Amino acid sequence: MKRISLSVLFLVSVIISLMVGVENVTFMQLLSPDELTSIILFTLRIPRTVSLLAAGAILSVSGLLMQQMTQNKFVSPTTAGTMSSARLGMILAMVFFGQHTVFHRTLFAFIFSIIGTLVFLQFLKTVKLRNSIMIPMVGLMFGNVVGAIGTFIAYQYDLIQNATAWLQGNVSLVSSQNYKLILLTVPLLILIYLFSQYFSVMNLGREQASGLGVAYQQIELIGIVIVSIATAAVLLTVGNIPFIGLVVPNLLSLRYGDHFRKLLFPTVYFGALFLLWSDIFSRIVIYPYEVPVSLVVGVVGTALFLFLLLKGEKA
Amino acid sequence: MTDNKHVYRNIFIAAILAMIMASIYMTIGSRGNWSYILSLRGKKLAALTIVSICSTTATILFHTITQNRILTPSIIGMDAIYIFFQTISLFLFGHNHWFLQNTYTNFFLSTVSMTCFSLLLYWFFFKNFPGRIYLLLMTGLILGTFFRSATSFLQVLIDPNEFLILQNRLFASFNNVDSSLINVSMIVVLPVLMYIFYKNKAMDVLHLGRTNAIGLGVNVDRFNLILFISISLLVSISTALVGPVMFLGFLGANVSYKLFKTYQHWLLIIGGCLFTISFVLFGQILIEHVFKFQTALSIILEFVGGSYFLYILLKEKEVA
Repeated sequence: MKRISLSVLFLVSVIISLMVGVENVTFMQLLSPDELTSIILFTLRIPRTVSLLAAGAILSVSGLLMQQMTQNKFVSPTTAGTMSSARLGMILAMVFFGQHTVFHRTLFAFIFSIIGTLVFLQFLKTVKLRNSIMIPMVGLMFGNVVGAIGTFIAYQYDLIQNATAWLQGNVSLVSSQNYKLILLTVPLLILIYLFSQYFSVMNLGREQASGLGVAYQQIELIGIVIVSIATAAVLLTVGNIPFIGLVVPNLLSLRYGDHFRKLLFPTVYFGALFLLWSDIFSRIVIYPYEVPVSLVVGVVGTALFLFLLLKGEKA
Repeated sequence: MTDNKHVYRNIFIAAILAMIMASIYMTIGSRGNWSYILSLRGKKLAALTIVSICSTTATILFHTITQNRILTPSIIGMDAIYIFFQTISLFLFGHNHWFLQNTYTNFFLSTVSMTCFSLLLYWFFFKNFPGRIYLLLMTGLILGTFFRSATSFLQVLIDPNEFLILQNRLFASFNNVDSSLINVSMIVVLPVLMYIFYKNKAMDVLHLGRTNAIGLGVNVDRFNLILFISISLLVSISTALVGPVMFLGFLGANVSYKLFKTYQHWLLIIGGCLFTISFVLFGQILIEHVFKFQTALSIILEFVGGSYFLYILLKEKEVA
């Protein structure tokens, strides 16, 4: 019963996302599209909806995965320098190879996000921190440093407004031409599912996990590479979307507990729906114009995150 | 006080260094045109000094309150407020509006907006969660992220020509500081500094931890609140004067801990400020006479400070 209602909710959300926009598509047109409608659907709405679902799912799962690996509830691709490192890679690619080389941009973003995340996790290993809130704070500082380096390189080459435009979380520019990279998230999600038992055990900590026969270092590396590539892929197609990797897994773990494998499906499902609905909202809030989805997620995410942070802290 | 001897010696050296740098900066390549040189470079020298002192002092205080040596005050998101404020006023009024043309109103309003934001934040936390500094920082950080994402939304919409004007405001620049603003900043900065020096013993006590400090008669929550207000005043003044500089204070504070191995704040602050001033002047001399203005000073400062941050992050075990 629950399963059916969840699937219905999902289908209804997807259909609404396909219908809403400057050019409204009615439900009947959706079933028997004329020429104009099918162009709209296939070049814009379907790529957009697919990207939203994929980005929401993979960002939430990446957040969850990082939280498992570091045993810290506040770590996510934004708070571990992954996003800023990918941004630095993109800016460098734009400087070295010009602004139109998608391949180099992608490659550099992948490489840099992996390196950045590795550096940060290396730091977490060497240092014993007194307070768990310190970790995301140091991570954001780290992200700021990497971001500052990127910004200053961009400044030298007058790329700042360009880079800002590239990296802002905005799905209105996604079309059938440029959304294919996001499909990379599907094999990544499958990979995470295949490794999910190992990741679940990692939440027990290094010693316990090694004792249970997990090749800790290798699995950790796999996790980092998956998260980094996923983050970079989202950054390149949709842009930077803050908070979603923090808020969705944390809210769900309030209800479903901390077991990685049990959390995996709900995180994928609700992460995807959360982003989809944020985007539907961003399309109708100042209709016929749009606000970027990152702004909507930013507002909602800030509120939710503060709620999570302050809940239970009240003395 | 025997163990303080080398501290005094090091501070003396730093002071000499700062003075040498200042005199080199004022005289190099002057070609004898003194009245012009003195007014032009004197203005910049004053701006550089104020910014160095503000950011170093603020960072050292911040480290004491948070009992942590790798954070910077920018983590509460005040620079995000500054950037947001500059962006939205340009976005709403356009660059020709009197509001942006008049340096006084702009300076005044950006200082007020930054200070008000941090005051609201502190007021909320010291009322509801006394003693929970990390919670306060985390909230500031999240709000900062939020303001950044709102800012980037506006920045994409801005006309590219206006964006260039904005970009000049958002990157710290020491070359076009208004001399009248320097006087105004002094009026705010000097009393704050005097208060900090007057209270320096109490800050030393804060190092012992909250419980011990309370036992020794320091009203920690209240004192922290006052220190936070001082920090936000110093940071807003320096930001409104030249633009956001994130890692300068971080560099000054951490070098100061290394050079002057002491817990006494007045020594740390004086030494750190002297070091920062010499460092900044050295950078400025390099840029004006070696690189010939090819790059902005703030870029070099952020780069060196940022690299030093990464170094500390990876090398030191006892930072947090």
